[in-house]
Amino acid sequence: MSEVVLSEQTRTKLAANADARVGHLRRLLAGDAAFYWACRIAAYSVLLLLGGIIVSLIVGAWPAIKTFGYHFLTTQRWAPSARPEPILGGLGPIYGTLVSSAIAMLIAVPVGLGIAIFLTELCPPRLRRPIGMAIELLAGIPSIIYGMWGFFVLGPFLADTFQPWVISAFAGIPVLRDVFAGPASNLSLFNASLILAIMVLPFITAIAKDVFATVPPVLKEAAYGLGCTTWEVVGNVVLPYTRVGVIGGGMLALGRALGETMAVTFIIGNSFPIKASIFAPATTISSAIASEFAESDGLHQSSLILLGLLLFVLTFCVLSVARLMLMRLETKAGK
Amino acid sequence: MSQVSTAEQIEAGASAFGPHVRVAIKNLDFFYGTSQALRAISLPLYANKVTAFIGPSGCGKSTLLRVLNRMYDLYPNQRAEGEVLLDGENILAPDLDLNLLRARVGMVFQKPTPFPMSIYDNIAFGVRLYEKLSRSEMDERVEQSLTRAALWKEVKDKLTASGLSLSGGQQQRLCIARTVAVKPEVILFDEPCSALDPISTARIEELIDELKHDYTIAIVTHNMQQASRVSDTTAFMYLGELMEFGKTNEMFTRPQNPKTQDYITGRFG
Repeated sequence: MSEVVLSEQTRTKLAANADARVGHLRRLLAGDAAFYWACRIAAYSVLLLLGGIIVSLIVGAWPAIKTFGYHFLTTQRWAPSARPEPILGGLGPIYGTLVSSAIAMLIAVPVGLGIAIFLTELCPPRLRRPIGMAIELLAGIPSIIYGMWGFFVLGPFLADTFQPWVISAFAGIPVLRDVFAGPASNLSLFNASLILAIMVLPFITAIAKDVFATVPPVLKEAAYGLGCTTWEVVGNVVLPYTRVGVIGGGMLALGRALGETMAVTFIIGNSFPIKASIFAPATTISSAIASEFAESDGLHQSSLILLGLLLFVLTFCVLSVARLMLMRLETKAGK
Repeated sequence: MSQVSTAEQIEAGASAFGPHVRVAIKNLDFFYGTSQALRAISLPLYANKVTAFIGPSGCGKSTLLRVLNRMYDLYPNQRAEGEVLLDGENILAPDLDLNLLRARVGMVFQKPTPFPMSIYDNIAFGVRLYEKLSRSEMDERVEQSLTRAALWKEVKDKLTASGLSLSGGQQQRLCIARTVAVKPEVILFDEPCSALDPISTARIEELIDELKHDYTIAIVTHNMQQASRVSDTTAFMYLGELMEFGKTNEMFTRPQNPKTQDYITGRFG
């Protein structure tokens, strides 16, 4: 009998325990739901922000779109105070943005990959840390400092030494004669490209260094085991194995170069007409906006916002193309 | 086991076979930084014979293999002392052309290591480093090598596919074909079957048996049966020292050293 009594007692006790447990679980569930919604709202707010930015750009740019239409993309003239109507065309800044970024990548990609290869494959261990840290510090320098340095040091140096030499070297050659035409200038498309190249270099190097480190040592040993030199191992094994990561790093750097504002505004010269020579002053979308936005109004301001919208689209396209290229490479590699 | 008797064993082994010594390792010490991984190793690798290296993990078998093609040179702080003569030439000499040495001493690794390129290029890549062959000569060399590695029938219709698309066993045979294609004199196998299933393992063992007609072969293995199946001579190593060296069938039936007996009967290791 005592067993039964005991078991009844136990049963009530158990039931009380179960109630307590259910209550506790409910409270936990409520916490779970709150957490779920907090995360969900945080994630959705990104979409909302992105949409908001696009909408406000389009609204701001609408007067300019209505007035100039697609002529905005083909007109070089930028005359906000022309009478009776201002004439505004975005071709100059678009050209400047694309060309300065392209030249910057042309310089920064080989140099950045070279540094990364040196650091991962060739460098004596004693030097690896100092050089790696210097590269990372380069990434930490604010862009305004690059701008000042470019304005006071690099620009005059290039105008005094490098540019005159290149101009005279290509003087007799058709086409190149026009691309590298004088006069030498402190403020020029080329100077801005060079500064951009220096600014994106750490990105390319850091990413390339990380992806090179993912190559299995045994794969490199296998290549060395066939009798490859370091050059052959890098060209035939390391780069093919890591090309997806390397291209990704390059695109990230390109994205930064396209949008870079302050340093470029300092040294590009802010000149809207397109010149054949890369030693002539030019302008980019972001530097045009930065230098004119404060004093603009009406159609002028709307045109600047339209330029901003175009930069947004341009960057989006670069990233999409990068994604597509990566996807095609991956399917080709059969992974 | 004293050094004298090891040396005697070597002499005995050499005279028993009477074959030509391709590689002579003499008094080899090896260091990872300050820790010594090999101690006074002396042994020969005979031409057209398979020499198996057995011993518990960390005994220095793989290290010894990596000395034979100077792979350790890729890493700072690793150094070898002593002499390794390949056809009478000391390959530890500092002024030796490493790329040429590695073409003469090929290596197949534990894990398959196909390069990120097509099957055809995986083979042609190594050949192109040393020889200028016409398209048709190269085609022939690729077919020859793949046939040698018993892979040709399986891949002849997809030579342009990525080397990474093959199965593990096929990838390992691709690596063997790649090694054979550059026409080395010595081939080193570092546990070539440890990542493979029994069928692939059997194929690779057959392959090693065939390859020894043309090459000098050294194989590191953890598998006693494999050592007894594929090798002519066996070296048993323990804690960086060579404990016993001799004809495989003799060592597996009448081991001289009690340690060897313990290891091959599975009492430790």
